[in-house]
Amino acid sequence: MSKNIRVLIAKPGLDGHDRGAKVIAHTLRDAGMDVIYTGIRQSPEMIAEAAFQEDVDVVGISILSGAHIQLIREIAELLLQKQGGNNPLLVVGGIIPSEDKKSLYECGVSEIFGPGTSTKEIVAFIKKSVNL
Amino acid sequence: MDDKLKDNRVTRSGLKIDPVYTKPNKNDSMHNDLPGEFPYTRGIRKDMYRGRLWTMRQYAGFASPEASNNRYKYLLNQGQTGLSIAFDLPTQMGYDSDNKIARSEIGRVGVPICSLADMEILFKDIPLEEISTSMTINATAPILLALYIVLAKKNGVSLDKLRGTIQNDILKEFIARGTYIYPPEPSVRLATDLVTHCSKELPLWNTISVSGYHMSEAGATAVQELAFTFSNAIAYVKSALERGIDINSFVPRFSFFFVAQTNLLEEVAKFRAARRIWAKIVRDRFGSGDIKSTRLRFHAQTAGVTLTAQQPQNNLIRTTIQALAAVLGGAQSLHVNSFDEALGLPTEESVELSLRTQQIVAFESGITDTVDPMGGSYFVENLTDRLEKLSFDYINQIEEMGGAVNAIKNGFQSNEIHNSAYKLQKDIEDGKNVVVGVNKYQSSDNLKIMRGQNIDKNDIDKHLNRLYRVRKKRNQNDVRTSLKELEKAAVTQNVNTMPFIIKCVEVYATVGEISDVFRKVFGKYDG
Repeated sequence: MSKNIRVLIAKPGLDGHDRGAKVIAHTLRDAGMDVIYTGIRQSPEMIAEAAFQEDVDVVGISILSGAHIQLIREIAELLLQKQGGNNPLLVVGGIIPSEDKKSLYECGVSEIFGPGTSTKEIVAFIKKSVNL
Repeated sequence: MDDKLKDNRVTRSGLKIDPVYTKPNKNDSMHNDLPGEFPYTRGIRKDMYRGRLWTMRQYAGFASPEASNNRYKYLLNQGQTGLSIAFDLPTQMGYDSDNKIARSEIGRVGVPICSLADMEILFKDIPLEEISTSMTINATAPILLALYIVLAKKNGVSLDKLRGTIQNDILKEFIARGTYIYPPEPSVRLATDLVTHCSKELPLWNTISVSGYHMSEAGATAVQELAFTFSNAIAYVKSALERGIDINSFVPRFSFFFVAQTNLLEEVAKFRAARRIWAKIVRDRFGSGDIKSTRLRFHAQTAGVTLTAQQPQNNLIRTTIQALAAVLGGAQSLHVNSFDEALGLPTEESVELSLRTQQIVAFESGITDTVDPMGGSYFVENLTDRLEKLSFDYINQIEEMGGAVNAIKNGFQSNEIHNSAYKLQKDIEDGKNVVVGVNKYQSSDNLKIMRGQNIDKNDIDKHLNRLYRVRKKRNQNDVRTSLKELEKAAVTQNVNTMPFIIKCVEVYATVGEISDVFRKVFGKYDG
C-alpha cells in the first residue's frame, strides 16, 4: 500500500476567517490525504516547526488579511532552514493581488489558488506535484 | 403531474419548498399580527419606514488615526450622521502596534489604536454629542469604550449624550472569525462588565450587537445563524442577571446584527422570525413583557461571501437583492458591500454605488411606503413559522448541552457551521447550487485582483513614534498603580472591571498593557 500524501494546512497572522482553510482540509482528507490543520493565528515559526515535526509533503497557507508577502516569505525561509533541500511543496490560497504573485513564486510558492478555484483542481495539483 | 412540480426544491437553509402555498389553517399561525405589537413579526414600529428610514451606515477604517479622522470628517460633511469604525487586527487582539506580532498587520483591516493619544486624533474636531459611533470591536471592547468615555469627559461631553453601538459579542468570535483572547467565561464576564456599567452610565449606548453575520460568512444556514445568535444572547442576558440587576435596565440596549443573503424570501422570513423569537425568549424565559426589552432592533449587512471575483459587476445585482431582503425584513440600519470587494478594498466610486443602492431602494422601489409588504404572503408566512420552529429546536438543543458557552467549548456550533460550508462548496462544484459567472455562464477573462489598502509608511512611523512618546512622557507611577488596581479587580470575581479600565486609559496606559493584565489573570485561549 502506498503512503498517503501528508498535508499541513496553516493560517498565519492574526486573521481568524478560516472557512476556506477548513473546507480545504476536509476536501483533502476526503481525497485520501493525511491532513493536519494548525488552527488560526499561527506564527511563521510555529508553522515551519509543525511542518518539520509532522514530516509533511505539502504546506498549504490560507491568507486573506493582506499581510501575505511578509508572512509567506518568512514561512518559506524557515522551511528552507529547517528542511534543507527536502522542502515540502508550498501552496497558497486566498486573496492575493495579481501584482504580488510574482514575489510569492520567487520565494518558493508553487501555486496560488484564488477565489472561485474548485477544490478538485487543488486535489489534482497536489497529486500531480507530489510523487510518492 | 408535471415533473417540474415534483422536483425537490429547498431554500438556502435546506427547507423544503412546495410548488405552491395556499391559505394556512386558521390555527396555524398568527397572521393577524400588527407591526409595533408583540411579537413584532411585522416590524418593531407601527409606522416603520413611513416614520423613519433605516440608517445607511457604511463601515470604514484607514491605516492611521489621522487618515481615518480625515475620512470621518469628510463623511460628516456629506451629511452622514453615524460613523462606523473598523480597527486593525492588533487592536482587536490587544496588542500595541510595536509588538512583534503586529508588525505586518498594523493598519491593514482598520485603524490602529494604542492609547488615548490615538483616540484624541481619531475624533479630533468631531462633536461626540452630535454623532452616533459604531465600533466593531470585541475582545478589547471594554478598553475601546473606556477610551471613548474618557475622551468625551475630556471634551466636556456629558455621558448621557453619547450615542452609538459597540459590537462586544465575544461568543460569536469563538464560533466564527476568531478574535478572542481569553477563555470563554472571563470573556463573557468582561462583556457583561461593559453591559452593566453602561446601564448606569451611558443610557443611550447600545452595549452589545449580538451577531449572526460572521457565522453566516463562515457558512451557517439561516437557521444556524438565528439559533446560535439567540443562544449567545441568552448567555449574555443570564450573565447580566446574575449581577442582580433588573432585566429592563439593560436588555433594551441589546441590538442584533444579521446577514442579508441573496435568497430573498427566506431572508425576509428570517428577519421576521428573528423578531418573533427574541420577543418570546425575553417574555417567556426572562419574564419581561416590556416593549423596549422584547422588540428586536437589528443592523444588516449584505453577504460578503456572495461577492464573486469573477464578473464582479454581477455583485451589484446581488447586493441589490440582498438590500431588498434587509428592507423588506425591517432592518434598522444597513451596510451594502461594494461590488469590487472580492478583488480588494473598495474604491470611492464603488462605495458611492453602495450608498446609491440603498437610496434607490429607499426612494424609488416603493417598498418603504407600507409596513411589512410581504406580510400575508402564504410562502413567506410559512417560512417564517418554520424558521422560528427550527431555530427554537436548535436553541433548546444547545440549552440541553448546558448553554452556548459549554457548546462552544465542545466545538458544537463551529462544527455545525463547517458542515454547512462544506456541503455548500460541494453543491457549488457539483452544479447543484448555481453561482452565475462561477459555475455557470463563465467568461474567460483573467482575474485581476487589486492590492488592498496602501499603507503609507510615514503614517505608520508617525503612529509608532506617538506610541513611544506616550510611553516616555506619561506618569509611570500612575500607570503602574492603575494597572495593579485593575489586576486586583480582575482577580475578584464580583467586581466590575470597567471603572478600573477607565482609570488605566486616563493615565495613558495602552491597549496592549491593559490586555496583558487580563492575559495574566485569565490566561490565553487557543481554541
